[in-house]
Amino acid sequence: MSDRSTGTARQPMVRFENVTKSYGAFTVLDELNLDIAAGEKVAIIGPSGSGKTTVLRMLMTLETINGGVIWVDGEPLTHVERNGQLVPADMRHLRRIRGKIGMVFQHFNLFPHMTALKNCMEAPVTVLKMPKREAEERARELLAMVGLGEKLGHYPSQLSGGQQQRVAIARALAMRPKVMLFDEVTSALDPELVGEVLNVIRKLGSELDVTMLMVTHQMGFAKEFADRVCFFYGGKIAEQGPPAQLFGAPENERTRQFLSAVLEAT
Amino acid sequence: MLWDWGYTWEILPILARASLLTVQVTILGFALAATFGLLLAILRMSRSPWIAAPTAGFVEFVRSTPLLIQIAFIYFVLPGFGITLGAMTAGLLALGMHYGTYCSEVYRAGLANIPRGQWEASTALNLSAFHTFRDVIIPQAIPPVVPALGNYLIALFKETPLLSAIAVLELMQTAKILGSENFRYTEPITLVGLFFLVFSLVTALLVRQFERWLYRRGGLA
Repeated sequence: MSDRSTGTARQPMVRFENVTKSYGAFTVLDELNLDIAAGEKVAIIGPSGSGKTTVLRMLMTLETINGGVIWVDGEPLTHVERNGQLVPADMRHLRRIRGKIGMVFQHFNLFPHMTALKNCMEAPVTVLKMPKREAEERARELLAMVGLGEKLGHYPSQLSGGQQQRVAIARALAMRPKVMLFDEVTSALDPELVGEVLNVIRKLGSELDVTMLMVTHQMGFAKEFADRVCFFYGGKIAEQGPPAQLFGAPENERTRQFLSAVLEAT
Repeated sequence: MLWDWGYTWEILPILARASLLTVQVTILGFALAATFGLLLAILRMSRSPWIAAPTAGFVEFVRSTPLLIQIAFIYFVLPGFGITLGAMTAGLLALGMHYGTYCSEVYRAGLANIPRGQWEASTALNLSAFHTFRDVIIPQAIPPVVPALGNYLIALFKETPLLSAIAVLELMQTAKILGSENFRYTEPITLVGLFFLVFSLVTALLVRQFERWLYRRGGLA
C-alpha cells in the first residue's frame, strides 16, 4: 500500500484499491491506490494521457474498470459483498452508490432544451422523486448561490461559457452529492471567464461539507484550494502531498519537469 | 364531352366522405409507424446483441419487401395461422409496420447525433434509462428529424390506395367503384389525384410549421 494517504482512522469517503484500467494493450491506470477522506479537497494534475481524467470517469461509472475495487463511503461501487466475496452489482446498487457522487464536465454538458432552472430540477424530480415545488425552490437557491439568480429562465445557448459551467455546478449540487468531481472545468472557457467559475468552487469549499476531487490545469488554484495534490504520470501517482510541498519542493524528477513546463507556458 | 360537371358534383360528396377515411388511415397509420419506429430505433441501440441483431434483421426484412405483399400477407395469410383481422386493422398494421421501419432509420440518425456528453451528464445525474430517453435524448433527437419524418408521413399517405387491394373503402377504392358503376373514370380518378395533391401540399406546410414550433419551444432555435 505504497500510495495510501496519511492514515486517518476514519473510513475514507473514496478508496481506489488496486484499480486497473486499460484499453486493449494500453494501460491507462496501473494498480491505483488512493484514499480520499471525507471533506478532503484533492487536486489531480499531470500531463495529458497520464490517466487523471480516467480516475474521475471511473468513479462516476462512465468507464468500467478492469481490476480492483472502488469504495465509496464504505461500500464497493460496482460490486456487492456476498458470502464474504465481491461480486458484480446490479443496476439498483450501482445507482444507489452513484447517487452519492456528482460531476462537472469540461464541456458543461447542460441539457440545451431546458432552461437553467429546469436543468437543475430534472434529476431531483425524476430520481429523488422530490415534489416539483420543492425542487424548484432548491434549484433557485442553488442558482442564486452560483450567482445566476437572474438567469433562471435562460437556455444554455443564451448563457456565456462561465455561466453555463456555473449552472452545471448548481445542477450537480441539486442532487446533494457527498463527493463532487470536477473534470477540467475551466479548460473550455475563455480566460476572462475562468475566475467566476473558480470563485464558485471556492465558495463551495468554504460553505459545504463536500469531498472534492478535481482534475485541473490551474496550478495556482490547486495550490491555494487543495488539501492535497496528486501528480499522475504514466498511469500511476508519481508523487502526492500538500500543495506547499508538491509545488514548493517536488521530490520526483517527473514532477519537477512537468511543473517547470507548465510554468513556462503561463 | 371530356369532363362532366354534373357527374362531378354528384360524386364529390361520396369521395369527400371516403377522403375522411383516407385521412384517418394516414393519421392512425403514421402514429403507429412513429411510435413503432422509435421503439425499433431504441431496441437497435441495445448493448445486447440478442436484442439489437434481430431488430436490425427485422427492419431490413420489412424494408426489402413490398408493402403490397405485406398488406396481402397480413390480411390473407395470417388467418391461416388463426389470426384474423378486419381489412382496416390489417391495413393499418401493415402501414404502421412498414413505415415504422423507415421511421426507425430516421430516429436512429437523430439519436446518433446526440453528443456523448448528454448521455454522460444523464449518468452523472443518476437518471434512469427511461428518464434519460424521455427527458434528455428524445426531445433533442426528434426536432432535427421532423422534416424526414414528415416526408414519410406524405409517402405513407400516398400509399394508402394500396389498401384498395384488401377492399378498404378509402379514396381509390371508392373512385374505382364509382367508375365501374357509372362507366366514367375520368372524373373520380382525377378528383382523387387532386385530393392527394392538395393534401400533400398542406401536410408539407404543416410539418414545416410544426418543426418551427418544436425548435422555438425547446430553445433550440
